[in-house]
Amino acid sequence: MTQIILTLFNGLSLGSILLLIALGLAITFGLMNVINMAHGELIMIGAYVTYVMQNLFLNYAPQQYFDLYFILSIPIALLIAAGVGMILEFSLIRFLYRRPLDSLLATWGVGLMLQQLARSIFGAPNVGVQSPSFLNGGLEVGTLLFPYSRLFIIGLSIVCLVSIYYYFYRTSSGRRVRAVMQNRQMAECLGVSTRKVDLITFAIGSGFAGVAGCALTLLGAIGPTIGTNYIIDAFMVVVVGGVGALFGAVAGALGIGFFNTVFEYVTNASLGKVLIFLLIIAFLQWRPSGLVTSRSRSLD
Amino acid sequence: MLKLQELEAGYDESMVIRDIDLQVKDNQVVCIMGRNGVGKTTLLKTIMGILPPKKGKVIYMDTDITKKRPSHRAKQGIGYVPQGREIFPKLTVYENLLVGLEAGTEKKIKEDVYTYFPILKDFKKRNGGDLSGGQQQQLAIARALVANPSFLLLDEPTEGIQPNIVQEIQEVILDIKRTSQTSMILVEQDLEFVKNVADYIYVIDHGSVVYEKAVDEINDDEVYHYLSV
Repeated sequence: MTQIILTLFNGLSLGSILLLIALGLAITFGLMNVINMAHGELIMIGAYVTYVMQNLFLNYAPQQYFDLYFILSIPIALLIAAGVGMILEFSLIRFLYRRPLDSLLATWGVGLMLQQLARSIFGAPNVGVQSPSFLNGGLEVGTLLFPYSRLFIIGLSIVCLVSIYYYFYRTSSGRRVRAVMQNRQMAECLGVSTRKVDLITFAIGSGFAGVAGCALTLLGAIGPTIGTNYIIDAFMVVVVGGVGALFGAVAGALGIGFFNTVFEYVTNASLGKVLIFLLIIAFLQWRPSGLVTSRSRSLD
Repeated sequence: MLKLQELEAGYDESMVIRDIDLQVKDNQVVCIMGRNGVGKTTLLKTIMGILPPKKGKVIYMDTDITKKRPSHRAKQGIGYVPQGREIFPKLTVYENLLVGLEAGTEKKIKEDVYTYFPILKDFKKRNGGDLSGGQQQQLAIARALVANPSFLLLDEPTEGIQPNIVQEIQEVILDIKRTSQTSMILVEQDLEFVKNVADYIYVIDHGSVVYEKAVDEINDDEVYHYLSV
């Protein structure tokens, strides 16, 4: 019984991590159809922002306020990653909207450049980020221990999901984004400035990559290549979930998270990974467009 | 209100419209007629700015807008109801109307669009893509009207639609003409419908204007001559 609960919890925890790293990509790739290979590096930027914030607090802030660095890092990582995303969109991606292969290569190049930049600034070895004290330890229920850091990531991914949902479905700016993604030309004819919408949407997707990077510092050391470790998972979640569907990304992340944990529990880490890839390949044969597909009455 | 001067436009190498001069006065409803494939839709797309012209000028309210983006033209008061309605399928009816507000200064959707098309109020929460063709046409017209346009482009609003909705659309066009200063360009195939709503007609063939006259002076046979295959 405890083993089952623990496996379920680990699955949920892994799923929430996957969701967090895939949310930004669900926007840039899922909604805008931009294959952004530099998405992992935007995650990396978020992680390094957290590292820098930690150092600033270590050096300049009184000891008792140290824990605040992490809380502050989240919005700052969001803003900085969104800013970098905005520069990327304005200087490169807007020229490549109808050329997916070119954008794949170009953004991969940008990713390599950002990695090298991180190496030049912070050095090649991984650096550690000290978790804030309130996330040390865990919640004990009977004989089970749920680490606070994992619970925090689950909570953070829910907060991110709710705020993205709120933005897209409850604000006028989000409505403009949806209109443009559904029918760009008509939105433009109705007075929506599609250029501005593209810029903002890409910035938001990038910003959430930054938040994911911030959360990843709770799980281990960070380095210049941290993004490459996660980019495959992120694309996997979006493709399995169904391109263009936010709800699909949630289902995809949780599904992959659970199956991965279960497979690893009954076999071992590497075989578990193999099994999950096999499962995804089989799944995509059955539903090539992912879990959630958007269909509507065909128009004449 | 709107003037087209020696307009030429087309896709890649092929010119679809050649040397069109056209004029729409304030509060005037102008109909454009012609067989399929003579360039009526291309003409409207060029006026809206979706298609950049190869030559010529689009002059709207005495300013040259030939190089402006469609969103700019929309904000200047040009409303567009395209062929095939182009409803946002995954936005609700209400949200479709709200996007229509982007071009204007209004913040709220006026009640009169619901008076014109009561069905849109009943179906407020449905997805635009789930409506039938006729309902989508009503939504497309309403979406253009919410921003209070001073100039409306309607591309075959009655195409493939049941007679009583055609009737309804005709009433709406006449009502707009009576109660506001809005001018319109209407692309239409049905001469009876045209005679009911239009002030002036242009007939296009092979991308050029071949016939133009005020509606009360037209000779049906001459028009049918250009429309028949």
